[in-house]
Amino acid sequence: MSLLTTLARLEAHRSGRAEPLATVRHRHLTDRPMLLVPLADAGEAGAPLAFLLGRDREEPTLLTLPRPLDRERRFALLAELADVLLPYLESCAESVELVERQVKNPETGERETEARELCADAPQLIVPNSGGIELLGMLGRATRFRRTAEDPDPGPYPAPLRVPLLGRWLTHLHERAQVPGSSLLLSMTSLLGRHWATGQSNLEDQHLGSLLGWLDPPEGVRGDAAALAAETERDARGRLRCPPAGPTTDPAFDRQLEQAVHRYNAARELGDQAASAAREQDIRELLGSVLYPVWEQLWQGLDLLRALPPGERTVERWEGDRWSYTGHRDRLAAGEPPQPVHDDAVTAARKLAQREREQVRLEVQEALDDPLVMAEYRLAGEAFTGVVTAVEPAYDTSGRSPKPRPLVTVRTDDRPYADRGRKLHRAGGPSSQQAELAEADPASGTLTVRLLNGMGRKREPAPGSVPEVGERVTFTLFELSARTSAPLPDAEETPWTHGGPPQ
Amino acid sequence: MDDSEFAGARPAGTQLAGTQLAGTQLAEVRSAGGRGGATPLERRLAELRGNAPARRLDARALAALAANPGCRRRAVLDAAGVDKAGLAERLGTSAGFGQSPFAITRGLAFERRLRADGCAELLTLLQLHLGAPEQAEVDVPDLLVGSSYGPAVRVERSREALAQARPGAWTLLDHPMLRLEVAGSTAYLEPDAVAVSPSGRWTVIEIKSFPILDGTADPAHVGAAARQAAVYVLALQALAAEGGFTAGPAETGLLVCPRDFSSRPAAAPVDLRKQLAVTRRQLQRLTRIEELLDELSPGTRFDTAPQSVDELPHAYTPDCLSSCELAFHCRAQARAAGSVDVLGRGARGELGGLRTVAEALAAADPAGADPAGAGRTGGPVRADAGAEADPSATRQRAEPGTARTPDAGAGAGTDAGADLPDWYVGGSAAGTPGGGSGLESALTAQLARAAVLRAEALGRPLPTGAPGTDLGPDQLFTSAPATDAHGTGAR
Repeated sequence: MSLLTTLARLEAHRSGRAEPLATVRHRHLTDRPMLLVPLADAGEAGAPLAFLLGRDREEPTLLTLPRPLDRERRFALLAELADVLLPYLESCAESVELVERQVKNPETGERETEARELCADAPQLIVPNSGGIELLGMLGRATRFRRTAEDPDPGPYPAPLRVPLLGRWLTHLHERAQVPGSSLLLSMTSLLGRHWATGQSNLEDQHLGSLLGWLDPPEGVRGDAAALAAETERDARGRLRCPPAGPTTDPAFDRQLEQAVHRYNAARELGDQAASAAREQDIRELLGSVLYPVWEQLWQGLDLLRALPPGERTVERWEGDRWSYTGHRDRLAAGEPPQPVHDDAVTAARKLAQREREQVRLEVQEALDDPLVMAEYRLAGEAFTGVVTAVEPAYDTSGRSPKPRPLVTVRTDDRPYADRGRKLHRAGGPSSQQAELAEADPASGTLTVRLLNGMGRKREPAPGSVPEVGERVTFTLFELSARTSAPLPDAEETPWTHGGPPQ
Repeated sequence: MDDSEFAGARPAGTQLAGTQLAGTQLAEVRSAGGRGGATPLERRLAELRGNAPARRLDARALAALAANPGCRRRAVLDAAGVDKAGLAERLGTSAGFGQSPFAITRGLAFERRLRADGCAELLTLLQLHLGAPEQAEVDVPDLLVGSSYGPAVRVERSREALAQARPGAWTLLDHPMLRLEVAGSTAYLEPDAVAVSPSGRWTVIEIKSFPILDGTADPAHVGAAARQAAVYVLALQALAAEGGFTAGPAETGLLVCPRDFSSRPAAAPVDLRKQLAVTRRQLQRLTRIEELLDELSPGTRFDTAPQSVDELPHAYTPDCLSSCELAFHCRAQARAAGSVDVLGRGARGELGGLRTVAEALAAADPAGADPAGAGRTGGPVRADAGAEADPSATRQRAEPGTARTPDAGAGAGTDAGADLPDWYVGGSAAGTPGGGSGLESALTAQLARAAVLRAEALGRPLPTGAPGTDLGPDQLFTSAPATDAHGTGAR
């Protein structure tokens, strides 16, 4: 929690409204994502109770289960979920674009063009909070290994047809959600929490109702009062007006649900069809009463996020998500078995390397997109921004041809932790430029840097590559592109000591 | 039982006269008074409680107390056995704690399954994990569970059973009762089971209903279970220290949970040494209850005058929301006092000696306008609570190593605040704000600079009187930061 975030929370506490933590939106949002509110049974692990999902605000689909502990009904519920979700997940698989890249043919040694398919768009799922993401992961774990009636050896309890496929998709989305900056599966609380600071703690922000109370309070009401109302107000029946966004349910609600389930069981034992249907409808309405308010909150949050302009580099990260989607689609088409319970060493190493790379890339790209994020680095002494006061041409004549090495003097209030000769990187320039710190004059607050590259090959720097007097420039002490470390060897070439095949 | 951190242990207000005890979670309530407190302390505590039934101090309450040792309010209430949920309702700030009936049912069903056929499945797990040989004879002595005997008798019976455990055979104690002296009052604890090995080692067995999935379980749940088990091990160590036993409790507990998505049991050993060390230290630091009681005016009763709870200072952190029924009440008081605690331990760590929102904002923007009434509100009671929160809060902060929530046993911690480095002592231990000159002014300068940068990035008017160039030339070329800017730089 950096000092700037703390300051934002303090300001929010004083003003009674949420304060912005970002000036642009740092995650890509597709046009019509699928919003999903899951509800889980408090007793068992990974036992779904109900789902409310859809892509249109006015037409959600409610799927419920009258008896939480009945496994057959549970798989029927999951089959219904698969019927709604799988068409959406597979809909983006058709339209592809071809991406070409140059690879070296290992046999002939020539450079060839290789074309690969990349899906033009990918599905996006948004759930209310991180508990929802974990529940989807658990559902994936519980279903992807089940055998269906179509398998050669169905076993005593075959699952409905598409449920294991749904499980594999859910597992893939859950895994991708662990990669920093990914947008295939998002949680609304983390999205909103990334972009706004409220006047309460991080723990309380996980309650979607109270978070929205700070972000969008009713007229004339302070944020903390609205948040408190969202957390505690109960209606005449003792249920929370603003139910928790799940997947766990409020205990008072659970007591009422338990009674409804008893009534349903009693009607079924009596064999009374009409009564059981009516009790099942009661349970459905009860569950719906908890889910529809959360649905509205999700859309409210989505509207708030859409009001922010998208960051420039979110498209680049979305392309990574599209590659991930395409890869999974290809694996399914190739008939590969479902993701194993435990990753082997090679896969685990790759995943870890990928997550580290993505984390660095995310941090750098967010800083480049958003001056508020760059402000954190400026405060920490890792970057500085200022106005150019003088540009002095200079040349490096040591080599065969003279190269330009102009000196740029910048007037700034920042105090970067850099010694003379430290390498700097210019942010926001026309090309990626490096510089080195030549001199610093704290009395007048000026820093002089010498540009080192990005100015063309001629003696005079290319027009536009050197900043003009009066222009605002930013230099950072950290690199602006993720450093590509040596790639991990292929699985077949990994030595057996590191998880590769036996010799 | 599903001891989820987000649910209180028991349905509020249940009263059972101590005869038919059904289920572990209801076993800790017994009827009040009439017994005539043996010691003056117990009599005073019974007076405080008034006519309400007593809730016995159990392992979860002790573990929660160890997590927040500076909270005097909670220490007194738990020692007096006051029903905090009822108190919160009377104060008008009910938090809706409770446990879902589905979770309770499942937990009970799991325990019943384990204990069926003379604890058959439990014994299988003992064989797998503690090395009991197959077909070994296991004694299961009667420990007066579910009888109408009081806790003292049951403690004696458990002690006898432990002393009489045969040296060459396994013994399984089902719901023994243990005693632990905490801060001058007695807590009676009831672990799920204790297994005695032939060599005399006692292993605490905790039965929980969260699942072990593919060999791992949710770290937050495991941490909570480990803290509870550590309290039981402390009680067993106290018992062993009384003498007369050949061996003592092991420092590894056994956690029994459902396996994957079924109801078959699986067990895993949990290393309790870290939780033991932390809990032992915290419990020793709990101020003696008599001293805390001296702060209350005489004749206070919590059942008829719930507001008298405000005479005791609190130490609110957002973690209280998941462990204490009074959290909403204390949070409202902390908010009214403008304390920085409401923003979490991370923010509190960042801001050091600046303990209220108004102070911190004034440091960031000295000439900034403070809209009327946005900072402090409230009358004398609240102001006292805010001021009284400070000494305990300072004491909490002055020892940064203990101000953190004990970490979960299985690795990842819960919502832990920033690790405060040892030199980061905000105010002095005596509680005067603004002590420690160099660090304070550096923090103020950082805050002011942060305010300028934030206003600039958001396109808002800059704070007037912004310093900007406070840092001297000698701080320009240092590579180590003057204050601990918590690693925001990208590598």
